[in-house]
Amino acid sequence: MPHKKNKWRRYIPLYMMMLPGTIYLIINNYIPMGGLVLAFKKFNYSLGMIKSPWNGLSNFKFLFIGADAWKMIRNTLGYNFVFIVLGTTLAIIVAILLNEVAGRKARKLYQTIILVPYLISTVIVSYIVYAFLSQDNGFINHTLLRGENAISWYTSPKYWPFILTFVQLWKSFGYSSIIYFATIIGIDPTYYEAASIDGAGKLKQVVSITLPCLKPTIITLTLLSIGRVFYSDFGLFYQIPMGAGTLLDVTQTIDTYVYRALLVSNDVGRAAAAGFLQSLLGFILVYGANLMVNKIDKENALF
Amino acid sequence: MNMKKMKYATVILHLALIILCFICIVPFLLIVVSSFTDETTLMINGYSFFPEKLSTYAYTYILGGGGVKVLHGYVVSIGVTLIGTATSIILTILFAYPLSRRDLPLRNIFAFFVFFTMLFNGGLVPSYMMWTKVFHIKNTFGALLVPNLLLNAFYIIMMRTYFTTTIPTELLEAVKIDGGSEVTTLSKVIIPLAKPMISTLAFMIGLGYWNDWMNGLYYVTDSKYFSVQNILNRMLSDVQFLSSAAATQSGISSVTSNLPTTGVRMSVAVIGLLPILMAYPFFQKYLVKGIMIGGVKG
Repeated sequence: MPHKKNKWRRYIPLYMMMLPGTIYLIINNYIPMGGLVLAFKKFNYSLGMIKSPWNGLSNFKFLFIGADAWKMIRNTLGYNFVFIVLGTTLAIIVAILLNEVAGRKARKLYQTIILVPYLISTVIVSYIVYAFLSQDNGFINHTLLRGENAISWYTSPKYWPFILTFVQLWKSFGYSSIIYFATIIGIDPTYYEAASIDGAGKLKQVVSITLPCLKPTIITLTLLSIGRVFYSDFGLFYQIPMGAGTLLDVTQTIDTYVYRALLVSNDVGRAAAAGFLQSLLGFILVYGANLMVNKIDKENALF
Repeated sequence: MNMKKMKYATVILHLALIILCFICIVPFLLIVVSSFTDETTLMINGYSFFPEKLSTYAYTYILGGGGVKVLHGYVVSIGVTLIGTATSIILTILFAYPLSRRDLPLRNIFAFFVFFTMLFNGGLVPSYMMWTKVFHIKNTFGALLVPNLLLNAFYIIMMRTYFTTTIPTELLEAVKIDGGSEVTTLSKVIIPLAKPMISTLAFMIGLGYWNDWMNGLYYVTDSKYFSVQNILNRMLSDVQFLSSAAATQSGISSVTSNLPTTGVRMSVAVIGLLPILMAYPFFQKYLVKGIMIGGVKG
């Protein structure tokens, strides 16, 4: 028995090391999970979270009155699917191109440059977009369209699905290209040697060696993104369109809705209900996606 | 013939990549050039890559006192980034090292405790209520520092994996036989060996702090605590934001009408961009490595 006690004592310093992080995660991550019950309460600022009365599902009923809820769910899912398909395709193409570059220095230079957009905050990206699209001073209206038929970008919803997709791809393709590139450089070079001896051209090699070898990574990354289809990049959908109300039809996602309901229109009930749905559906999907990844490619699964 | 064909292919390959790189860089040039463009030229010709008349007025305006708020925001941003990154790295290492020890009792429970935060979260509403009603962080320095950014489960896992894969168990045993405590093991053996990973994570965490504007948007309304990103955010919706300070300070309200707002906006964006672009070349290899190691899960 004293031996066992000793064993635990030996680990006390290690547990002490984990203490600050544990406290932080409890506060920052676990307590808000409990706060999700707010979705079932009629929140009253003076009563606070615990004392506010329950009101069953009425927050959800209010949320689904009108078209708002469906629209934001449609946008969140729709954009995510477009981003997954186009983003993956672009990243794979760029990764294959990078791999074909023979010079080490050139390859490193390309890698460095395509990551630059990833480094920049969404706020600054929104300035760049504004410099191109501004009604009065924008590059496109002034220089490309020469002031004739100037387009009022920030009030025309029809352009925004394209603009947002472009911005998202521009910002993220470097990052995902590097991930695929890391897989490609891990492919056994003898495959390619054997293939070129057999007379296979570059294209044939890509189709019959590179792509099959990338398959586990593609599946894993896609599943993980599918696990996150109920989440959106708040900055992309709020900041880039500059919060324009006229564009809400095509820019409102669950995240921007929750923010607006909570901090702009002060409608805690609906914000909490939308947030609850996002957390719950998000959890189910992430969990399910990981179970599948685990079956296909154990190493890359989250658990 | 075949050689010639290959040469063409190489040219096309590089051409494609160069075009891609141009698409990545050219948008930045537009705001950089615009920030150096004469204000009247901007009014007449708009933002352009080849302006008729250049000017450094936007920058002299900011540095010459018109941009007190910008410089103040810069100090806030630097402070938050330095303190936040240092604290976050320390917390991450302190959590990751015990988790990497195979002999630690309850190790799996702690690993799950970290990992579960990646699967499930309470979202904005409960977090906002907690931080504002319980911890009263609204309009404090802590609002920029603490919520969400201080400790990231993903970084803990990356760090732990690095410890388990690069630091041999025999080494730890040798230190223990020599009578070293856990703290000396960590500071004298583990941390020096993990420098590449620490640099990678420090860059990523620092980037997160420098670029963060969401905490400021949610929790800060007092411009005293605005970071550069929050100032930029505010200027986008309120062009007069900078000038309103200058006006109240000098006591003249008519000053606002002739302020170079169009160019100043872009120069503040460039100033916000600068530290990252300056640090990036030094951290480039760490960043690429970080993405390669942990990217699939990120």
